Amino acid sequence: MAWANQDKTAIVGVGATDYYVRGKSWPRTINDMAGEAIMNACADAGISVKDVDGIAYYSTAGAGYLDKFDTASLMETLGMPHISFSATLTSGGGGCPGAIGLATAGLMNEDCKYVITLMALQQLPQHRLGVVFGATAPNPENSFLQPSGLVGPGHLMSVLARRHMHLYGTTQDAFGEVVMATRANTHNRPKAVRKEPLTKEQYDASVMLADPLRRLDFCLETDGAVAVVTTTMDRAKDCRHKPAVVHACAHGGQREWGRAFAWMGMPDPYFSSSGHKFTADRIWAQSGLTAKDMDVALLYDHFSPMVLMQLEDYGFCEKGEGNDYVLSGKLRYDAATGKGVNGGVPVNTHGGNLNEAYIIGMTHIVEGVEQVRGTAINQVKDAEFALVSGGPASLPVSSLILRSA
Amino acid sequence: MADKIQYGPALLLPGDNIHITTNPDTEPFWEAAKEHRLTACECAKCGHFRMPPSPYCPECSSRDKKWPTLPGTGTVFSFAICNKNPANGEDYIYVPIVVDLDGAPGTRLNANVTGCKAEDVTIGMKVTVEWTPIADGWVLPNFRAV
Repeated sequence: MAWANQDKTAIVGVGATDYYVRGKSWPRTINDMAGEAIMNACADAGISVKDVDGIAYYSTAGAGYLDKFDTASLMETLGMPHISFSATLTSGGGGCPGAIGLATAGLMNEDCKYVITLMALQQLPQHRLGVVFGATAPNPENSFLQPSGLVGPGHLMSVLARRHMHLYGTTQDAFGEVVMATRANTHNRPKAVRKEPLTKEQYDASVMLADPLRRLDFCLETDGAVAVVTTTMDRAKDCRHKPAVVHACAHGGQREWGRAFAWMGMPDPYFSSSGHKFTADRIWAQSGLTAKDMDVALLYDHFSPMVLMQLEDYGFCEKGEGNDYVLSGKLRYDAATGKGVNGGVPVNTHGGNLNEAYIIGMTHIVEGVEQVRGTAINQVKDAEFALVSGGPASLPVSSLILRSA
Repeated sequence: MADKIQYGPALLLPGDNIHITTNPDTEPFWEAAKEHRLTACECAKCGHFRMPPSPYCPECSSRDKKWPTLPGTGTVFSFAICNKNPANGEDYIYVPIVVDLDGAPGTRLNANVTGCKAEDVTIGMKVTVEWTPIADGWVLPNFRAV
């Protein structure tokens, strides 16, 4: 059954700062960067920042994993006269595209007219995300994880990847292909952090940080901010660009995934998955579409194996067949034709978190918007549907289908 | 695929840098560990095991708990091979393992394994508990290859 809010709202503005290598954004402050992203998004939409009356956060309103956004502070900083919707999805980056569903909830409830969703992060040495789990003070729950020395997200993810390799014969070559295929999309992107083409030899020489994962399987550590504006379809018609229509959006997950790699209690087959099966099934049910109907997939890629596992959870291939799907080149974007390769759906045409920048998922939404507008740098020809995902992480994870207007 | 890396002996992380905290739900697990007794939280009503210990049984919602003594053996469910001591960033080979615990179906612990080379750890490998003193007088269950 179609989603009640299908095609009722749209993303009408996207804005970002430059992307900085971790720690290099100083002496800009995090609110300085957030403000630039918000004002750029409003300018892109053709509205004034004073028109913003809603904020739909994710990651528990986190700015990075240690700073917090505060709606009152943003209002005082940017001069919004009133806010009538201020809410967040919980947990971490897995909620990123789900925040557009939250924005839709606020809009359809007539709480607000123009909703900002944003992320800003600044990884000063004490705020570095790569060690955030290990740097967390011990508490009664993490005392069952931290002492094992699984201190970084990459450590945690390598344990899931190992199980996938064990169950399905998945190879490190496939992880390498995820990195190389998406790296191939950044050479023409001025803001991308990693632009040089990547060879298999270079990938294989990348240092092993948490066997089976190499440094290049880990996403970038970036500073910067990204914001988007969501509004109702009637208002979207008056905005500057073609609306990126919110066609389906879901967040959540099932108990078997739960806290995921923050505890490691998942039974097979959930353990070696992306935890996305539940939300994947929801957006396909909401839309009546399948993976094969997507023109481009912007999949959260904090670690390369998690792209492979999402391809399985979303049904781009069968469970356990991600290795062969990836190695057949089906993630790649062919600039000559503007289409996929070998019958695949192009993945992360912006280079993703692995190659362009890591702003905890927001760059994937921006790319989804540009693809369905028809203005992407690596434009997929006649792109009608873009899938955007957030996570895997502790629940909720989330997903979004954007449709061209 | 690249050749398998030769890491050498899998070490336990030094206990003096390891800190835990407890609450009334979890403390019986750690008190048992002080006595070198491996336990897991079992529902006293329906017998369902759960870890980490939590206030309610997720199956029957009972708050009654039991803390049976487990055999202290288990099976490696998955693992990573890590090469830097988190306490100081120095080179240090350790292998965090996710262990399925014998005698408590569905429960796991995250720990280190020793008694073998890191590159020889495999999924399905049998392990037995090895007690590591940590900060503040607590004791941590780690594992040894059998």
